[in-house]
Amino acid sequence: MAATAFTYEGTRGFLPGHRACAGCGQAAAVRIVMEVAGPNVIAANATGCLEVFSTPHPESAWGVPWIHSLFENHPAVASGIEAALKVQGKIGDVRVLCFGGDGATLDIGFGALSGMFERGHDVAYFCMDNEAYMNTGVQRSGSTPFAAATTTSPAGRRSFGEDRPKKDLPAIAAAHGIPYVATASMSYFADLRRKTKKALETRGAKYVQVHVPCPPGWGYDEKNSVEIGKLAVDCGMYPLVEWENGEVVRVRKIKPIPVEDYLKPQRRFRHLFRGEAGKAQIAKIQELADANIKKYGLAE
Amino acid sequence: MRKMIEGSRAVAEAVGLCRPGVISAYPITPQTHIVEELSQMVADGETDAEYVRVESEHSAASVCLGAVAAGTRAYSATTSQGMMLMAEVLYNIAGMRLPMVITGVNRALSAPLSIWNDQQDTMAIRDSGWIQLYAENNQEVLDMHIQAYKIAEDDRVLLPVMVCMDGFVLTHTYETVDVPTQEQVDAFLPPYDPLYKLDPADPYTLGAFAGPEMYQEVRYQIQQDALGAKEVVKEVARDFQAAFGRWYGDVLDTYRCEDAETIYVAMGSVIGTMKDWCDARREEGGKAGVLKLRCFRPFPQDELRAALARAKRVVVLEKAITVGGHGILAAEVRAALYGQRETPPVHGAVAGLGGRDITFETLDEVRHRAEAGEADFFAGLRRAVVEAM
Repeated sequence: MAATAFTYEGTRGFLPGHRACAGCGQAAAVRIVMEVAGPNVIAANATGCLEVFSTPHPESAWGVPWIHSLFENHPAVASGIEAALKVQGKIGDVRVLCFGGDGATLDIGFGALSGMFERGHDVAYFCMDNEAYMNTGVQRSGSTPFAAATTTSPAGRRSFGEDRPKKDLPAIAAAHGIPYVATASMSYFADLRRKTKKALETRGAKYVQVHVPCPPGWGYDEKNSVEIGKLAVDCGMYPLVEWENGEVVRVRKIKPIPVEDYLKPQRRFRHLFRGEAGKAQIAKIQELADANIKKYGLAE
Repeated sequence: MRKMIEGSRAVAEAVGLCRPGVISAYPITPQTHIVEELSQMVADGETDAEYVRVESEHSAASVCLGAVAAGTRAYSATTSQGMMLMAEVLYNIAGMRLPMVITGVNRALSAPLSIWNDQQDTMAIRDSGWIQLYAENNQEVLDMHIQAYKIAEDDRVLLPVMVCMDGFVLTHTYETVDVPTQEQVDAFLPPYDPLYKLDPADPYTLGAFAGPEMYQEVRYQIQQDALGAKEVVKEVARDFQAAFGRWYGDVLDTYRCEDAETIYVAMGSVIGTMKDWCDARREEGGKAGVLKLRCFRPFPQDELRAALARAKRVVVLEKAITVGGHGILAAEVRAALYGQRETPPVHGAVAGLGGRDITFETLDEVRHRAEAGEADFFAGLRRAVVEAM
C-alpha cells in the first residue's frame, strides 16, 4: 500500500510531537477520538500515561482546552466543568470529554466515575484500557486479564500471574442506566470512530472503554499493535458491545479464533506456554472467552 | 437587614450574595445546616447556582476545581474527616492557582470519633497554599465569606481561601447579624473574570506536570504570592470597612493590648470568651490583653512581632496539636518572635479538644500554669479520667 503523507488536518485536538512510546495504542485511539470530537470540546484527564506523555510543562500536545488535576478525580472535575458550562449557557455548543486509563477508571477513580454516571452529567468518558498501571511500570489493575503477568502479579513457582478475571466495568456502567455505553478497540478504527460519534451525539453520561495495546506492558513488537488488538477482539476476550439505557443493542460479530493466537505473541502470557500446567490456565482463559461469545452472541 | 439567624444560615446567605455558579458539597456534621440552607435556596430559585450533589468530599472539591477552571465562581463546605478526604484536592486547587472559597467548619479528627469542635482539621491543611481566615462570631463569618472571594480572585493572589468557623459554637448558634443587600455585595465583589480558563475559543493546557527543572520555581512563585496575599487581606478588610462599616481587624486584631503585660493569643470563637475573661482580669488588676489571629495563612509574622512587642509574657491557647510535638500555633508564634533583642516567654496551652468547653476556669488554669513557668501543657484536662485509663 502506498504511504500517505501525514497532514495536520483533523488532528487539531491532539497534535503530534508528544512522547508516547512507539506503537502506543492509546495515542492512536486518542487521536481518533479527538479527530471525531473536533475543536469545540474541553477535556479532563486523569493522571497516567496519556497525561504524562502529552503535557510535560511547558509543552502540550493538546490543541483544545485540557485539564489534569489528580489520578482519581477526573470524573468529578469533568462534572464541575459541565456544571459550569450549564451555568454559562454553553453546554451543547461545547462538549466535555474525560480520559482515564484503566487504573484511574476501574480502580482509584471508580467512586467518582459512578457519581458522574448517577448524576447524569453530559460528559463522554473514554477509558483507555491497556490492562495494567503502565505509567508506573506495569503493575496489575482491576482490568488486568486472568493469568496475565505484571510486575505485581508476576508468574512464579506458585503463580500463573493475575489470579482474578478482569472487572466488567462496561456492564457496571450500563447498570447505572446511562444512555450509552460501548466497548471499542484501537485496532478497529472505523468502529471506534462511529462509537465516538455516537457518544458525542448522545446527551447525558456516556462510557466508552477502548482496548489499547501497549507494546512495553504486554511485550510484543511495537509494529504489531493493530494486529494484537484485533486478535483480542477476534478470540472473544474483548467483546465489542454497545448498550443504550442499560440494554445491549449491538455487538460486533466475530469468527472466533482460539485464544492462544492472541496470547502467544505476548510476553505477559508466555509463562502459560512453558509446560502442561500452563495449558490448564489457557483452557480457563478460553472458557472466559467462550462465555463472552455466548453471553453476547458474538459468533457469526 | 438585621436578622436573628443561625450561623449556618448566615454563611448560606453570604455565599448566595456572592453569586457562585457552582456549589458542590457532601454532607457531614456540623457542616450540614450550611449545605441544607444552600440546597433550599437553589430549590427555591433564590440563587442561580448549579448544586452538584456528589458522592464524597474528594469529588466535591474536584467539582469545584473543574468549575473554577471553566471560569465559574465555586463554593464548598466541609469539616473534619471530610477535610481530610479533600486534602489531596485542596493542595491541587492551590497549586493550580484556582481561586475559590470553602467554609472549613472546625471539628475534631478521628480517632476517637468526635463530631465536636476543635481546630485540628483545618490546621492539618495549613501547608497546602490555601489562605486561612478564622472567624470569631457569626457576623464576622458572614462578612469574611464576602471578603474571601475578593481576596482569592485578586490577580495578585489567585489562591483559594478557607473561612474557618467553629463547629456548633458558631454554625448552630443563633445571633443577630446584619445581612448586606445584593446591590452592596455586587458593588464590592465584581463577577469572576479569570485570566485563564478552559475555553475552546482560547485553549489552554491546565495541570501539566513539572520536572525537576521546573517544579521548584512554580512552588517558589506560590510562596511569593501567598506571602504577598497578606497585603491584599489587609486591603480587602479596609475596603470592606469603607463599604459596609464593619471592622474585625485585618490579619489580626488586639483587645486591651496597649498596656498588657500578658497577651493571650488564639483563633476563632474562643476569642469572645477570652475578651470577657480579660475584662474580669482587668477588674482584678491583672494587665491582660487578647490577640485574635484572623489570618493564619499567610502567617503575619511582622504584625505579630509589632503587636507583642511590649508584652512581658505571651500565652497561646489553641484547639489543635501536632502530636509528638506541641501546639502548632504556639510553635509559629515562638518562631515569629525568635531573634529579637528581647523575646518574651511564649507558653503553649492546648485546650478545647473534641468539644471540651473553654471556660473562665480553663483560662484561669492557663494563666496560673503559664505564670508558674510551664512551657507547653494541656489545659482543662480531666485528670481522673487519664489516671483511670
